[in-house]
Amino acid sequence: MRHLVSVLVENKFGVLARISTLFAARGLNINSLSVNETEDPTISQMTIVVNGEISILEQITKQLNKLVDVIKVINFKDTGYIEKELALIKINTPKSSRAELIKLASIFKGRIIDMTLDSITVEIAAEQEKINSFIKMVLPYGIKEIFSIGIIALNKNTSLKQRI
Amino acid sequence: MKKKTGAQILIKSLLKENVEIAFGLPGGQALPIFDAIYGSKLNFILTRHEQAASHMADGYARSTGKTGVCIVTSGPGATNIVTGLGTAYMDSVPMVAITGQVSTSVIGQGAFQEADTIGITRPVTKHNFLVKNVKDLARTIKEAFYIATTGRPGPVLVDVPIDVQRGVCEFVYPERIEIRSYKPTYEGHPGQIKKAAEIINNSKRPVFYIGTGVIVSNAEKEILKISKKADIAVTNTLLAIGAYPHDTNLSLGMLGMHGTYCANKAVQASDAIIAVGARFDDRCTGKVCSFAKEAKIVHVDIDPTAISKIVDTDIPVVGDAKTVLKEISLLIEKKERKEWIKTINNWKTEHPLSYNKNDNKLHPQYIIEQISELTKGKAIVTTEVGQHQMWAAQYYKAERSRLFLSSGGLGTMGFGYPAAIGAKFGNLNKEVIVIAGDGSFQMNMQEMAVAVLNDISVKVVILNNQYLGNVRQWQEMFYNKRYSHSCLAKRKNCPKLCNKPNRSMCPVYVPDFVKWANSYGVLGIRITRKEDVKPALIKMLKAKCSVVLDIWIEIEENIFPMVPSGTSLDDILTRING
Repeated sequence: MRHLVSVLVENKFGVLARISTLFAARGLNINSLSVNETEDPTISQMTIVVNGEISILEQITKQLNKLVDVIKVINFKDTGYIEKELALIKINTPKSSRAELIKLASIFKGRIIDMTLDSITVEIAAEQEKINSFIKMVLPYGIKEIFSIGIIALNKNTSLKQRI
Repeated sequence: MKKKTGAQILIKSLLKENVEIAFGLPGGQALPIFDAIYGSKLNFILTRHEQAASHMADGYARSTGKTGVCIVTSGPGATNIVTGLGTAYMDSVPMVAITGQVSTSVIGQGAFQEADTIGITRPVTKHNFLVKNVKDLARTIKEAFYIATTGRPGPVLVDVPIDVQRGVCEFVYPERIEIRSYKPTYEGHPGQIKKAAEIINNSKRPVFYIGTGVIVSNAEKEILKISKKADIAVTNTLLAIGAYPHDTNLSLGMLGMHGTYCANKAVQASDAIIAVGARFDDRCTGKVCSFAKEAKIVHVDIDPTAISKIVDTDIPVVGDAKTVLKEISLLIEKKERKEWIKTINNWKTEHPLSYNKNDNKLHPQYIIEQISELTKGKAIVTTEVGQHQMWAAQYYKAERSRLFLSSGGLGTMGFGYPAAIGAKFGNLNKEVIVIAGDGSFQMNMQEMAVAVLNDISVKVVILNNQYLGNVRQWQEMFYNKRYSHSCLAKRKNCPKLCNKPNRSMCPVYVPDFVKWANSYGVLGIRITRKEDVKPALIKMLKAKCSVVLDIWIEIEENIFPMVPSGTSLDDILTRING
């Protein structure tokens, strides 16, 4: 099962290592991870995606909370939230299929950010599922390269201050 | 204000934290710190090995309840204390370790005696700090002590690069500290407390299962009060020996792998287990899926991660043991549970702890029983790890908490002797005895120099069976008596395969512990006959200085009862072959 965990941490050196060690020591692979400063520069927010049993997730949530540098852990399964992933997808595009691909990208609200004689690069920011469907659609044309950043997620209602 | 160096700030901060004593060993990257110690009020004890320094700090902390401190250098100094940190971490012992580190400008360059101390010690500390600026040093020390001693205690390491030790700034020690991301819960949730009390009130066969947390929060009286009020039987973990009086009708003794028959039976038959400050270690639960199947489980613990980690908990109460128990005791109905107490007493008489008392053989249990009687359970006893540890746990009747010190979680051989020295420094007027195996003792026996040079007496009782006894027992029981590399007397010319140890045929044992003790100017006595045990123990206890007893016990004595690893507590063996 896929779990989305958001962690608010002190913005200090070594914190990411403490968190990743926790997962690694239990043999858990982190599928996706994104970290950045919040509007309060002393606090960073991490969004972590892992696969595993719910019992493991509960343990991990508690263990994360136990780390001295962790301010708050939110397991997104039980709150309303928005998630987004950003992907850059470079697709083989002979002249004949260029129009078709531009149309496809616009259906998925992708933006064309680069174009060469035989390829176009689409930027798409969406939920992971939507990105996956887009990839499926363009697969027959031949994908040259994909790079995506980790999933980021936000609680729908609360503010950072409320959450701390 | 006059400025001070980082090293001076460090020592002044320790003194502000009321640190009376620190253990350790100097080295290149800690020289400024040791220069600041020179002539200061800090009583520094020079050890012979850094690992021993960490165990001494641990033994000091366990026996006094104060924070143990060790100070070592970078690189190998730091890696040598890793075992000590791990030991303290597993057993929730408050400790602060200070390590020297290479200059911040060369960190990561593979400098001489450089190690990634923060990386290496991360999994064996509650928290660790690398101080990069001398201005942060005082506050970091304050935070280290705060984190080590609050919530579930544990070791905290502060890594101090040499340029930070040399740096200068004004010394201001923070009066109070608050860490927004670290706020342990002390008060239990009232709703949960109510539910916990209901489970206890409605139960017919309740059992308290108490661990270190009870000792940490000084909740012994609350356990005693509630158990007597409501006829609740009490079993303890290895680390909670002494937390509950052993001589009441409600006392079950230790549970688990080498626990008493009655404790294991009672847990399995119970309909309500009230775990307090214990973490359902696998040595306690046996096979988890068949642990106390009929029981509702109440778990009081200050560490939320301990809840439902191993055994599913019905009613968790996160909080300090004493605070929560005080609340629970108000809601507990006074009740007599005569049937339950009777059943327990039957188990007690059916299979009490026993060994053959009628033969002339030198049984280790006899020795510990004698120590227990002669000291009336008032001495501090530390153990190493192995068979002797379990015999000590079974037969030494500590009269209160903090008198029985043993490495439980990590099971560290080499812990007992330095821990005893640390305990003695914290309790100069108390008798301190190490019960050691001949294998474990050899792991840190070099520390005898520390005892001798500081003129403190630590009594060493070696239960010498010329084997890594616990390994040998498992090899006997589960590996067809193939004694692979567990014999400590084996020499080059011994038969390659041997499972028939016999002192009259076996090669001479080394070291000769008596001569070895003599070389430190310490009295050593070898005992090979049962009748010599008591007089030697009396002589040892009368002595004002250190004494080493090398007692040649029955080689192939086994520990019973035993719940074989991975089996249910129901499968407890009271002797070999069931």
